[in-house]
Amino acid sequence: MSARSRTPSERDPAQQAAHFRYVLRLADTSLVLGQRLGEWVGHAPALEEDLGLANFALDLIGQARLLLTYAGELEGRGRDEDALAFLRDAPDFANLTLAEQPNGDFGHTIVRQWLIDAWQLEIYAGLLRSADSRLGAIAAKALKETRYHHRFSSGWLIRLGDGTAESHERVQAGLDSLWRFTAELFAADEVDERMQAAGIAPALMELAPRWSARIDEDLQAATLQRPPGQPYPWHGRRGVHTEHLGHMLAEMQHLQRTYPGVRW
Amino acid sequence: MSEDWPLYEVFIRSRSGLEHKHVGSLHAADARMAIEHARDVYTRRQEGVSLWVVRSADIIASDPEEADALFEPARDKVYRHPTFYAIPEEVKNL
Amino acid sequence: MYTQALDTHGKEPAPAVSGESAAQAQRFQARVDAEDKIEPKDWMPDAYRHTLIRQISQHAHSEIVGMLPEGNWITRAPSLKRKAVLIAKVQDEGGHGMYLYSAAETLGISRAQMFEQLLSGTAKYSSIFNYPTLTWADVGAIGWLVDGAAIMNQIPICRCSYGPYARAMVRICKEESFHQRQGFEIMLTLAQGSGAQRAMAQDALNRWWWPSIMMFGPSDADSRHTAQSMRWKIKRFSNDELRQKFIDITVPQAQFLGLSIPDRELRFDPGTQHYLIGPIDWNEFHAVLKGNGPCNRERLEARRTADEAGRWVREAAAAHAVKQHRRTPQAAGGMEPEAS
Repeated sequence: MSARSRTPSERDPAQQAAHFRYVLRLADTSLVLGQRLGEWVGHAPALEEDLGLANFALDLIGQARLLLTYAGELEGRGRDEDALAFLRDAPDFANLTLAEQPNGDFGHTIVRQWLIDAWQLEIYAGLLRSADSRLGAIAAKALKETRYHHRFSSGWLIRLGDGTAESHERVQAGLDSLWRFTAELFAADEVDERMQAAGIAPALMELAPRWSARIDEDLQAATLQRPPGQPYPWHGRRGVHTEHLGHMLAEMQHLQRTYPGVRW
Repeated sequence: MSEDWPLYEVFIRSRSGLEHKHVGSLHAADARMAIEHARDVYTRRQEGVSLWVVRSADIIASDPEEADALFEPARDKVYRHPTFYAIPEEVKNL
Repeated sequence: MYTQALDTHGKEPAPAVSGESAAQAQRFQARVDAEDKIEPKDWMPDAYRHTLIRQISQHAHSEIVGMLPEGNWITRAPSLKRKAVLIAKVQDEGGHGMYLYSAAETLGISRAQMFEQLLSGTAKYSSIFNYPTLTWADVGAIGWLVDGAAIMNQIPICRCSYGPYARAMVRICKEESFHQRQGFEIMLTLAQGSGAQRAMAQDALNRWWWPSIMMFGPSDADSRHTAQSMRWKIKRFSNDELRQKFIDITVPQAQFLGLSIPDRELRFDPGTQHYLIGPIDWNEFHAVLKGNGPCNRERLEARRTADEAGRWVREAAAAHAVKQHRRTPQAAGGMEPEAS
């Protein structure tokens, strides 16, 4: 099934570009976060946690593959999932800036995961009603995965927040350090507005309060303090990243770059 | 290495309609974590549709030394089995 | 997943202690001879218990340490499909380590104790993981050769006399079935690829062939425990029998790939219908086993670092469980306050 029959994208190049860009942003956030979680495998605080984090990485890379493949089709230049993942440089990546932040300690990783899980819960739920049925189907699958991710990450947030004095301090520090990236989560730009107008994407403004309420509920259970708002507007989704992404991509893309044009 | 988290035994219902079956054990700090670990460790290949976890310390097991006393007496009660009874072949529906 | 003849590296099993009656020992051996399974609460000779604890825990350690060399390539896997497969495989190794630790715990040792033995260096793990993964082809070679050798070793353990170990092995062997195939597929893709890719594959075979051959442990003449372990039906075949079987099936696979086995003396013997290999460098085997392999330090260091860095997390979860239990005992499960 082609998305083109259900959306007006093909008739309007600007609309088509926005559609591609919108799907690419979702794909890159999953890919970059999955890549970060992959760094944990074999090094987690307990063996059972190794398996849990690996499951998350697998879910997220699975989402990225479906979304990148679709984005490549929307773009119409013949790029497949691997061309998009391995042959774009940092300014062409459109993930949330939060997703690319380094793992830090386990508390840091849990905070990053939990903030994005809560965001993806709202986005994927909103996409269930998308005019783009293919995107809706991907979101339906991803939503089930995300519900489990949030169950897991919020559980750990609560254990660490309401655990020992040391764990409370560490996870609060992680939250304080990552909170500044949350301004980007619901800051709509022209891509979001076009997609919302076409009935493809949910209205970010409407999702923000639900996300915020969920965050507050979990923070309360975890006895953690919500940091004050952070005005700096990060623009990872527009390709303006922190320094971390370039290093991540250098590692991730190393083989594809060194041996161009071969099959693996 | 600090102390282990408590040990839990894991039981899985592999499909709707079947009973839960013991599959192994794991460590977890609390009940919620035990379910999550059971899910992440023992259902990576669609092994189940339902999970039970129970603290290993809460399981009461029969003593192997008593196996004779507990289980041997059932051995000679062959009349509990349908094959014990001789019924002529022409009699149906028994 | 990986056991070599791990039971060959420990101390001799202690002779029966005085508390064990000859009659108990006889009944035990009769059950084993009749292929009955021994279960955790059953009476068993101390030496049997200790042999199993050592073998199963070393087997578990091998799984956990074995996550590291392959995990080294997760962030650099060359396609998203390969990345997912590799994560799933390394995750499986972790799962298999867990199943095995669980089986060993039924014998009366805690996971914390076993970890302590690993981290302090008193417990062994399969030496193969002290070799580095230098290129992507090493991921293929490990799947093909190391998992291939491991499967050869492990299938007989599915019939081990100790029930929990045998059941863990059945689950592991079932899950492992994709590991070797994905490794061979990587090798095949490289072998059919560019010149650089073929060279990468050949180089990996050159480096992994002999360590894989050594995974089966010392030759039968030098293996100290084989006889007793066979009587107890912990072990079913000798090291050399399994090694030969592995060589016989692997050489034709290498030929199919168009790669050459790094052994100039390798030849097919029509009389015995076996491939005969040149002499094994046991000095290297023992050097690596003693801690002097290329990556022994790095592997243990990585495990120690993860353990240390995770301590506050494990303690936090335990502390939280105690708090929960105080608040709502029935819902919390987990640690009781008195266990804190």
